[in-house]
Amino acid sequence: METILFVTSTEADGTLNRHALEALGTAVDTAVSLPGSPLVVGLFGEKIEAAANSIANCGAVRFLGVEGAEFTQARYATDAAALEMLCRASKATLVIAPATSRMARVIAGVSHRLNGRIDTHVNAIATSNDQVAITRWFYRQRMFSELTRTQRPWLLSVDSGCHTAYQGESQNVDIELLPIVLGSDHLRTKVAGFKAPSADQQTIRPDADLLFVTGAGWTKKQKDGQTHPKEAEQLILGFLRETKASLGGSKSLVDMSGEGEQVLQFMSHLNQVGQTGATPRHPKGLSTCCHGEEPHVVGWRFIRERRAVNLDPNCGWARGKADVLYVADAFEVVAKVNALLAEKHSTVNA
Amino acid sequence: MPDPLQTLEPVTGVGLPALKNEMMLPAVLDPWAGHALYEAANLAKKVPGSKVYLVSLGQKAKLQQVMMTIAQKVSFELVAIDGPASGFTDAHEVAPALAAAIMAIPGIDKSRLLLFGGWESASRGAGATMQILGEILGITDQFEGVDEITVQDDGSFQVLERVEGGKHQVSTCAGTPAVLGWATGNLGEPRNDPQVGMANMRTVMPALQRAKPAKVAAEGVLYGRVELPKQQRNTRIVKDMPADQIAREIIEWISQK
Repeated sequence: METILFVTSTEADGTLNRHALEALGTAVDTAVSLPGSPLVVGLFGEKIEAAANSIANCGAVRFLGVEGAEFTQARYATDAAALEMLCRASKATLVIAPATSRMARVIAGVSHRLNGRIDTHVNAIATSNDQVAITRWFYRQRMFSELTRTQRPWLLSVDSGCHTAYQGESQNVDIELLPIVLGSDHLRTKVAGFKAPSADQQTIRPDADLLFVTGAGWTKKQKDGQTHPKEAEQLILGFLRETKASLGGSKSLVDMSGEGEQVLQFMSHLNQVGQTGATPRHPKGLSTCCHGEEPHVVGWRFIRERRAVNLDPNCGWARGKADVLYVADAFEVVAKVNALLAEKHSTVNA
Repeated sequence: MPDPLQTLEPVTGVGLPALKNEMMLPAVLDPWAGHALYEAANLAKKVPGSKVYLVSLGQKAKLQQVMMTIAQKVSFELVAIDGPASGFTDAHEVAPALAAAIMAIPGIDKSRLLLFGGWESASRGAGATMQILGEILGITDQFEGVDEITVQDDGSFQVLERVEGGKHQVSTCAGTPAVLGWATGNLGEPRNDPQVGMANMRTVMPALQRAKPAKVAAEGVLYGRVELPKQQRNTRIVKDMPADQIAREIIEWISQK
């Protein structure tokens, strides 16, 4: 028997984001599969009432909260204090949180304060004979294992896209607000805001249905013996504009962009997917001009449907990894896709 | 850690899972730790009186191999800890070993410490060690996924941390001490400088000889079988299809819900 705490921060508008609701879905299923294990909800943020009410029917026996202006900002010292207090007050043996950037920043540190243990980037939680086991990947998505632990509390941060989001009727709930005293040491860091590319330059869209992966081939010499970085840039940005896809890039491509070469100026290391980049989760992925073997291919490990456009029919990125490989010139194909989509959109708008 | 560009295959190890031929695999400095080191060296150059210590846990022979690669990049003093650098060890055991080594550095002033490291390792990818290490050292200004630090004249500094949606959170911290778990940062890999290499190697070899063994494992963790993903797709290879037709097929596929 476990006491399960689902814990997360609230958004600036006082709601819970999709990732948090997915983690709650995991927590609810875990509680149901462990008879006699109560589920407790712990929320922290500037305001938590709306979030708590929105998940009123998740089956939690208690709703705990830490609330206040100091918890608006995602800051280690205050977030860790709130999280620690929620964990202690709940007497949880199993703590489940979404692996958002805010929670990921503090959850391991808090596990140390609680003399507990942490496992992050959890993909699945399974139960059998009252035993809890998790699945996670190792060596950057190259291999996976199921593991369990004897120590408690066991804190788990769950990756996005691994569980359906919790859905339920809203209702008013009684929240036990926990008093927390903060000193000046907690407030040495101040969050000034966010820095983001302008809307038309924003190429990373975690909620997009499609991941568009671009490889270094876009910057290589084409049929005419010349490179065409400007054309490549226009085609890629055009594709993103027409499809609302999220942009990923191979390491070689983002490295070139970072070194200030005349290629794809909008590309940064934030776009990098693969062994030393991100492994985003999207329903579909289209790769273009990508080359490489296993270390690079992990970039689309979690993409369900995959297609590739490449001049090399034996490319390791695509063969055996993609559902469809179009042996073709990506410049030509993407230009056609953009033209057809633009035509389609103009017809719809007319 | 083993070079991630190698074929990595899990095998049953003694106590913990391991990698096939792990001792034969070439070792590299973890990529994000490397970025952290280069950023630290860059910052130290700009702030007089600063010194960079590289505290590294790994098997001695492997550490020596790694030093051959990175000692020519930037100036640092190595503090070596002899122990496994496996992805299957636990951050709760790695962090105390690192903390003990840091606290044993002669004359270290914790109040003026900027603790740089990779935000995650490329082996376990947990993003846990730096936080726990900071907690052990009593440092509660922590930043993860850092891409930039700008130190002001008054000792405060601005940090850019990666958050969702390709954005950065911009924070200002009153000053040291702080923990910064680095993402890639903005610096390229420094060129090899033989003079830096020679200067570093004077302290590297004695540091390796002094390296204390650390018992680092994963107590209380029971691993099931570690597996490689077996998913092999039957790729439909489409040749000789006109670009126009491919484009229509792609659009139809994208449009399907």
